[in-house]
Amino acid sequence: MVNIFTLLKRLFRGRKNLKLGLYGPPNGGKTTLANKICVDWIGEEMGATSNIAHETREVQMKESVIIKSKGKELVFNLVDTPGIATKIDYEDFIKLGMKEKEAKTRAKEATKGVIDAIKWLDDMDAVVIVLDATKDPYSQVNITIIGNLEARKIPVLIVGNKIDLKKADLKKVQAAFPQYKVIGISAKMGKNMEDFYEALFEVTDK
Amino acid sequence: MSLTLQFIPYIEIEDLDSEKRITKLLKIVKANKIILLEGRLKGNEETELIRRTMEEIDDKFKGIELSVIFPDKKDEALFRKLKSMLIQALMGDRKGFTIIGPATIVKEIKQDPDKIQLFTEDLKIPRKKR
Repeated sequence: MVNIFTLLKRLFRGRKNLKLGLYGPPNGGKTTLANKICVDWIGEEMGATSNIAHETREVQMKESVIIKSKGKELVFNLVDTPGIATKIDYEDFIKLGMKEKEAKTRAKEATKGVIDAIKWLDDMDAVVIVLDATKDPYSQVNITIIGNLEARKIPVLIVGNKIDLKKADLKKVQAAFPQYKVIGISAKMGKNMEDFYEALFEVTDK
Repeated sequence: MSLTLQFIPYIEIEDLDSEKRITKLLKIVKANKIILLEGRLKGNEETELIRRTMEEIDDKFKGIELSVIFPDKKDEALFRKLKSMLIQALMGDRKGFTIIGPATIVKEIKQDPDKIQLFTEDLKIPRKKR
């Protein structure tokens, strides 16, 4: 339920830019998408990406991103969040070649990142859920986060990322969340970005 | 090594506030037991469970696997829907089941709308010496 504090905060936010959050499980491609949006519209990247999960361990924000489509203009602050997970094991990072101390630090920062991402949920005006279309979308974390956004009446757009890969199954993502608009993209290859930007206007009601 | 599955009827958590519910569930999971909870937590409690889990992760406790099986038949007749909404409002969210397991034991929970598959870590059973 949206509490009175949240409602007042939204009311007094006034003419400030809307906050567009990128949420989802680790390694779905949130930062790759954030980088693609930033390169397309402001000409610079937002953050580092990696194949190792939990590369983004702090909430990052790029202010006043302006996108244009069909004579319309959308101005927003883009918020890239750490991947939300229910488990983080430093030994997984060791298996990927990290030293124990580095792996433990990464795990600690990753847990803090998840906590911060959850804290920021209340501040969002619209959220893009970035899912890896090659993976099973029926994950409780995805369902819980989307359910929470729905309860807070925050508009949601679901993105099935990595559609350039053979294993991608966008229909499965659409079947998992039939009540939401699902757009298939490849943020890395820049595939279907026009449809994604058009959907952003729809979801933010612009 | 054996697996312990602890069934928690909804009545056991219904009078607890959100904080106490989560504390109770996390305490059981941290004792390496898999919880089969009747019904489900509220949406904000599920998020809070994830947040609290992150706070408690250390070298031994690696987190949880969580899954909810919740019958939500879209073709259900309106009268039935209203009836279950009324029961839910009066008695809490007793429909379905929630499974919460320690990540060190439950590797993955695969979820379909009507089916849950639990994948556990390989249990190492020592061979008897001959």
